[in-house]
Amino acid sequence: MRELAPLSVAIPLLGAALLVLLHAALGRLATDLVAIAMAATTLVMTVLLIVHVGHGYEVYWFGGWHPRGGVAIGINFQVGAVGGGLAAFVSLLMVLALIYSTRYLGVESPYYHVLMLTFMAGMVGFCLTGDLFNMFVLFELMSVSAVALIGYKVQQRAVLEGALNFAVINMIGSFLFLIGIGLVYARTGALNLAQIGRAFTHTGNDRIVVIAFVMIASAFLIKAAVVPFHFWLSDAYAVALAPVCLLLAGAMSEIGLYGIARVWFSAFAPALGTGAATVRALLVSVGLISALGGGAMALVEDHLKRMLAFVTISFVGVFLVGAGLLTEEGVAGTSVFVLADGFGKALLFACVGILQTRFGKVGQRRLFGRARALRGTAFLFIAGGFLTASLPPFGPFLGKSMIDDAALKAGYAFVPALVMLSSALCGAAVLKSGARVFLGWGTPPSEERDEADEETTSEAEDLHDRTPAVMMVPTVLLFVGAIGIGVWFGFADLAASASRTFVDVGAYGTAVFGKLGHLPGGSSSSPAWFDYLYCTGATLLAVALAAFGLWGREAGRRSQRILLAAKAAMTPLRRLHTGRVGDYTAALALGVGLFAALMTLTLR
Amino acid sequence: MSVYPYLIAAWLFGVGLWGVINSRNYVHLIICLTVVQASTYVLLLSVGYVKHGEAPIFAGISTKSRIVDPIMQALTLTDVVVEATVVALLLALVIQANKRYGTVDPDAFVRMRE
Repeated sequence: MRELAPLSVAIPLLGAALLVLLHAALGRLATDLVAIAMAATTLVMTVLLIVHVGHGYEVYWFGGWHPRGGVAIGINFQVGAVGGGLAAFVSLLMVLALIYSTRYLGVESPYYHVLMLTFMAGMVGFCLTGDLFNMFVLFELMSVSAVALIGYKVQQRAVLEGALNFAVINMIGSFLFLIGIGLVYARTGALNLAQIGRAFTHTGNDRIVVIAFVMIASAFLIKAAVVPFHFWLSDAYAVALAPVCLLLAGAMSEIGLYGIARVWFSAFAPALGTGAATVRALLVSVGLISALGGGAMALVEDHLKRMLAFVTISFVGVFLVGAGLLTEEGVAGTSVFVLADGFGKALLFACVGILQTRFGKVGQRRLFGRARALRGTAFLFIAGGFLTASLPPFGPFLGKSMIDDAALKAGYAFVPALVMLSSALCGAAVLKSGARVFLGWGTPPSEERDEADEETTSEAEDLHDRTPAVMMVPTVLLFVGAIGIGVWFGFADLAASASRTFVDVGAYGTAVFGKLGHLPGGSSSSPAWFDYLYCTGATLLAVALAAFGLWGREAGRRSQRILLAAKAAMTPLRRLHTGRVGDYTAALALGVGLFAALMTLTLR
Repeated sequence: MSVYPYLIAAWLFGVGLWGVINSRNYVHLIICLTVVQASTYVLLLSVGYVKHGEAPIFAGISTKSRIVDPIMQALTLTDVVVEATVVALLLALVIQANKRYGTVDPDAFVRMRE
């Protein structure tokens, strides 16, 4: 059974190699089928793995190099329910994205398929590995594939810029990761996470450990695109093909956060545990800034994909709040929310992809009222807007309420209100754009002012005049997924059990060096009355904000003035997103410097 | 263990990053990135260095002799390989930029936005 772990990385890599070898012999259809089959195989294997591990661990040692005398010599894959679950989720999204892209215009075989498979191998492996350096290598495999996928339509200026910005910023991130690894090794002489954790129980915290954590966490925060490391994301997501966005927004950002939680709970917690309060305060406040800033930026963005990119930033902020609480409940809530919202955001990107293949445009002004005929897509997109605003009792609501409860339990009473505000902002952004594009509601755009109409060049050479079924079916399935997680309350209990094991440093080490006994399962409490209140409030606020955005200009002088003032207030924030990679790098350097300064000053 | 390699690593990281921030040419910018990367080589190798250690190849030397840490060398080598891929990809993108727009200036790209 444990052989499934390495196989779920090897199969997609093998598939990628096969496709390159055989591409002359294979037609487009065969290429699609092979790629889908490989992704589906990985999905089945990862699902079997999580069923098998329950809430324990399955450990696989490459080449049979088991630990000798309490020292891990080899490299291991260590599958728990949280990591395995994320890997299964990645594979599921990949299967849907590959089905979706069979008729997506601008996709060419076989290189697109090859890159998608290596991208998946990197992500799945990252979720499963138990070795810090192995994490780095798989992280790089994921990044390089992502760069190539983002830069896929290299003929366009915006694509070049998006891919270059992504590559440069993420490359600096990987150097930080590597420096962190070097420092950890200097301190502990180990690369295996469990071994590092054991060594840290003896060494305690000192400045090198703190800096190592800062470096590694920064690398993951860059990948997750948390403020102020988020600048690359809106440029990159705006230009990537819609099926690639499904993966980027639904899984890659979240994988960065998984990385932070993984290294914290399996390695750094014993050394930095005394400073957990500082780390928690820092991660939660950065998360809240991302959540609110992303939401506000989404509300004023015209370009649909860029708008969804800011929604992604906002949600990653909420995930960081949940995971950054560093508690079992926080991790459980984040796991549920990541899945539910992953489906939700992928759904929205899939709808935008349909718009793009039908009309060749993604600007709200350009598309105003033009998509009235697409009733099904309209329903899905607007429903996605309500899910984004965390309408009870569906998936995002369940995740958000679990995070809110965890925050209250950890003594952060102000978190639920701010999280509510951020979902209201994001929900309003999606609902407003949906109403304008699909229903033609609100003030029609004036022709002469098209300031925000950048990059509306189409990905497609010639457009579909009907939405292909292979694009509609995955979109509907994503919708079902987002709804289903909330309706099936058993899922929350599974996440609770999985998280109890995930945060248990002792159990992680024991699984590597000894024999792990039976672990107790966890259970989650169902959402409280105030969770319903908060999330209903968020939905109502989202609807109100959207309506105000749609008709405020006509409703009278005062509302017009408020709208203009809000827009003017956002201008400096929008100006920060220059598109210049040097500026982004400066923000990155500043962020890492501040992070390091705060940590070294407060953790003694 | 001497502190100088660490200072050099920090210096390389700093100047490389400064170059990336201020670069007016994508090729120059990517070279600056490789300078940042050089800092990781220096750091990793100095972590693994053992004074008077021999190369970790047990041919012609006793298995008991003092050697430098081979793991760090393996990491450095992997680092070289991985990052070479990224640099190649970046340069390919820059070639495309030059081919289509006749410029490799990041600011010129930003100006094209308007």
